[in-house]
Formats: sequence, C-alpha cells, structure tokens
Amino acid sequence: MPRITYREALRQALREEMRRDSSVFLIGEDIGRHWGGAFKVTDGLAQEFGDERVRDAPISESAIVGTGVGAAITGMRPVAEIMFGDLTALAMDQIANQAAKIRYMFGGQASCPLVIRTPFGAGVNIASHHSQSLEAWFMHVPGLRVVVPSNPYDAKGLLKTAIRGSDPVFFCEHKLLYPVEGDVPEEEYTIPFGVAELKRKGSDVTVIATMYMVHKALNAAATLEAEGLKVEVIDPRTLTPLDKKAIVDSVKKTGRLVVVSEDCKTGGVSAEIASVVAEEAIDYLDAPIKRVTGLDTPIPFSPPLEQYVIPNEKTIIKAIKEVV
Amino acid sequence: MTLAVSKAKLAEMYRKMLEIRSFEEKVFELYGQNLVPGTIHLYAGEEAVAVGVCSCLRKDDYITSTHRGHGHCIAKGAELKRTMAEILGKKTGYCKGKGGSMHIADFAVGMLGATAVVGAGLPIAVGAALSAKLRKTDQVAACFFGEGASNQGTFHESINMASAWTLPVIFVCENNLYAMGTRQSRIMNLEDIADRAASYGIPGVKVDGNDVLAVFEASQKAVDRARRGDGPTLVECKTYRHKGHSRVDPAKYRPKEEVEQWMARDPLRRFKETLLQNSLFSEAELRGVEEKVAGGIEEAVKFALQSPYPAPEEALEDVYA
Repeated sequence: MPRITYREALRQALREEMRRDSSVFLIGEDIGRHWGGAFKVTDGLAQEFGDERVRDAPISESAIVGTGVGAAITGMRPVAEIMFGDLTALAMDQIANQAAKIRYMFGGQASCPLVIRTPFGAGVNIASHHSQSLEAWFMHVPGLRVVVPSNPYDAKGLLKTAIRGSDPVFFCEHKLLYPVEGDVPEEEYTIPFGVAELKRKGSDVTVIATMYMVHKALNAAATLEAEGLKVEVIDPRTLTPLDKKAIVDSVKKTGRLVVVSEDCKTGGVSAEIASVVAEEAIDYLDAPIKRVTGLDTPIPFSPPLEQYVIPNEKTIIKAIKEVV
Repeated sequence: MTLAVSKAKLAEMYRKMLEIRSFEEKVFELYGQNLVPGTIHLYAGEEAVAVGVCSCLRKDDYITSTHRGHGHCIAKGAELKRTMAEILGKKTGYCKGKGGSMHIADFAVGMLGATAVVGAGLPIAVGAALSAKLRKTDQVAACFFGEGASNQGTFHESINMASAWTLPVIFVCENNLYAMGTRQSRIMNLEDIADRAASYGIPGVKVDGNDVLAVFEASQKAVDRARRGDGPTLVECKTYRHKGHSRVDPAKYRPKEEVEQWMARDPLRRFKETLLQNSLFSEAELRGVEEKVAGGIEEAVKFALQSPYPAPEEALEDVYA
C-alpha cells in the first residue's frame, strides 16, 4: 500500500472528488496556481482544474464562507479553505448562523453541502493568532458536522464523505500532521461519520485522543507497555456526530478514562467526552476521569512557553498513572 | 411614460404592491390580537422596491432577503397562504414554523431566504451568483439589504468579490433612513450609499425607491448588465417605512414633518395615480385588482389561522440531512 502524507491524502481526496463531480469547487486565499495553499494542500489543483474551480479569493473570510453557503444552497459543492483555524472567527456568522441553520430555519427546504477546511494546532511557534484548537466552538453549533482526522487514511476518507454529504462540514486539520505519512490504498474508499477507530487495544485504561494527540497518546501507550500497562487508545475521528458507544463500551471494559485533546480545558472537547461517560457509564468507573488538555491560556510564542501549555507524552503518562 | 412595460405587467406590479401592503396591514392587525408570536418588521411603505426589482427577475433568478422580508417573498412569487402560516408559527408555513417572520424562504421561486443577521445575506447572494456562473446558466441574484447593513464588513467583502469576479448580482440597498432608531446622518458621513459603488469599480445608481417604475427601470438595467456577464450593480432605493422598526417601536425619533413628507410620497398611491392619470387603467379595472387582492389576503389569513401548530417534537427534525 502506498505511503503518502496527510497533505497528499487531502489533495488526493480533493482531486478525485473534483474529477468525479463537476459541482465541486475550491475557494480560499492563495489556494490557486501561484501558491497552492499556505500548507500546500491544494498545490497543483488549479493547474488541473483551472482558476474557475480553484478560486483565489480576496482576504474576506466572511465572504469566502458566505459565498460557499450561497453556492451550496444552489446546487454546488464548495470546499472553502480558511488559511488558519483562528481566522474562522472572522467567518463565524456565516458558519454558525447561516450554513449551520439553513436547513433547519427553512424547514428542510435546502441543503448546504459546504465543506470548510482549516488547520488548527500549536507547535510551530506562530503564537496566539495562528495556533489555537477551536473544534469545540463548532461542536456547540447544531447543524454542523465536525471532523478531526488524525492520519492520512482518515483524512482522505473523511474528506470524501464530507464533500459527498448534504450537511455543512467543519473539517479540522492539524498543521503538524501535514507532513505525517501513512498507508493509503489506491482504490476508492470513504469513511462514515460517527465511527471511532480503535487505535490500540488495551484493558487497563481507555485513552480518547483527537488529531495530533492521537500520536502522542500512542507513544505514551507504547512507553507504558514496557511497564506492563495495557492502554486502549480510541480516536473518535468525528466530534459531531460522536461515537458515544465506542467510548462508553471501552470505559465499561477498562473502568478508567483519560481524555487527551489539544484544545483548552474549559468547555472543550474533553469536557464533552467526559460528560458522556459521566452520564452513561459512571458506575463502571474505578477512578476519576482525567483530562489532559491545552491549558486555559492563549497560545504563547516562545518555544518553552508554547510547549508548556499543550499536552505531551509526559503529561499523558502522568495522567494515566494517576488513574490506574 | 417612456417605459415599454405591458399593461399586464403593470397590473401585476400593482397587484403585488397592493398584496404586500394589505398583507402587512393584516399581519399588524393579527399581531394586535396576539396571534403572531415574537416580533414583526413590516415592509409597508417600501413595496415599490421589492416589486420594482422582482418584476425584472425570472422565476429561476435568486433573491436574498432581510429581517424585513415579507415584501420580498411576495414580490418574488411566494404564496400568501404559506407565508402567513409561517408568520403565525404554523406547520403549513414555508419553514414548517421553524423560521417565522424573520426567516422565510421559498426555494421553489428562487427566494433563498431571509436572514435576521444584518448584512449576512450579501455573501450568500454572491455565492448564488457564482454558482450560476459556474453552472453556466444566465441566472442572476438580487440581494436586498438596508443602508444600515452597508456598514457591515460583509457589504465590503461581498461587493468587492462580486466585482472582482464579474458575478451577476444586483445589490439592492433599501435606504429607509433609519437603522432601527439611528438616523443615517448620525452614523455615516455620506448621503448616498450608491456612491460607495465607486470603491468597487461598479456602477452605483440611486433611485426614488417610492416610485416603482423608477426602481423597475434602474433594476432592469442592472439585471441586463448582470445577465450579459458584465458584473454587479449597486442600486440604492430611497424609501421609508410606514411603521417603526419593529412592532414595539412607535418611531418617535422620526420628526413629524419628515413622516408627513414621506407619507405624501406613498408608493402605492403614487403608482395608482400614475396608472389612472395615464389612462392605462380605469378605476373599475383597479377596483377589480383590489377586490382580488382582498380576497387573497382573507384566504391566506383563514388558511393560516386554521392550520395546526407543529407537534413539539418536530423541533428535532431538519437539523441534519
């Protein structure tokens, strides 16, 4: 099976969907032939599909998403790129009040098959306006699907599902994952939303991790195996819908839960996952739930500061040891 | 009259304007009887804008609308019955009672919906126009918004984008002088919103928004330009709302003389006078239209009142596909 990067997997999904369906087009800042996207995800696509379908937009996030909404409700399948996840704040009305609510407000008359792709995550020293993880904002908006792929295989299969679906999808990428390689088959596949993946089987503790944290959690689990601890690692892959059953079933088996997510702790992804387990499996817990998350600060610039506020293998291992 | 407008078209325009006026008066009355939940933003006084613009559009053209949107719906061809039912929160309404007065849509006639966020409809109209261009149809999108919305970032972003990409959009600014209770002169150092078009390299025209034929003429030029593939136009229609901003607003911030001046320029009465003075229609002919409209309104009210409310658990439907 070919090994390709997360970036190339995303590009393959876009290319294959654009070849398959002429209603798919891309809109975003510097995604076209002269730059190919700030993270090069769309590199080469304008050369194949032309500038009309790979549109370099003005620096107008609200209009990029809003134009996507208008095109989506009139028969197109736009994929909008917001260069950094932090900048989705500029388009929040169009995402949360328009795209997410059009089907509902109008009594099911319209679908809004718009995909909004954007990179989140810290780790490259670009500070408070280019490093946040804001997935939880979008989990709080009924009508949106929220997708969080952690590897190339999932990135491609989930992006295809997002493009083919009938709901607006907020598609989160992680900037540290773009160069990460993984196996991706040449043949066609898609991945359904709402199906978590068991990344590592274990019986002592359940670790639910998302995006880049899946890799850190797996490293932590490998380290702990040498000490005789069997850590189960689950990647939800989509936050809305959330595969509650996979999470709850695992906790029922292990009796212990650690949630690892890069976003801030308060009101975050980890809070939702912990709540699900508290509501549905509290009687199975043998220890308090632990959350390993970004600290409740903006993301600072200086490397030692930045590393301090995001989770790492050590903090994950510490949390796991506290519950077993 | 120099316009080449058929008699049938004129009759249709008069009927639509009258429908909107009568509809709004009826909504106001029903509100007073506690039959309309929430609030209402009436379009009475601004009928010439929606009707003038929509009379230039085809059924498959698009419009986006605002919180003050009943008139846009009716002008674009939405049914009175289902519009009224939506305003009353009934299951038979266009949005099954989920949208209400500020969120009516009828996709079947190209009415892409009213948004209650001021300025939010502009990029959506641009997207509909982009969609038409990419699908290689010759559809156009007309986007209604107020002078208040022209201070939103979406106004700038959307018109710039539509201009840069030569998209078939007609940006229709309904300048009724007040953003809620704030007079334009207090928040803008500019009298004519149409002047802003220069920033985007597109034509900007201002018209008497209480003269349906003037609106029609200006819009027709803008629609023709858009359909030819020459890009967007900003059409500013100077108009005035008869009532306050919303149901609770007695509009005391508007000077009495100003209100009187504008009421004297009532678009419906002016159009009727034009039609009679030019001997295009007889009193009897117009009376016939008026009777038909009155009947239609009564029927819509009856339909809406008799319709059931949605079952509470229907609140869970239509969140996702």
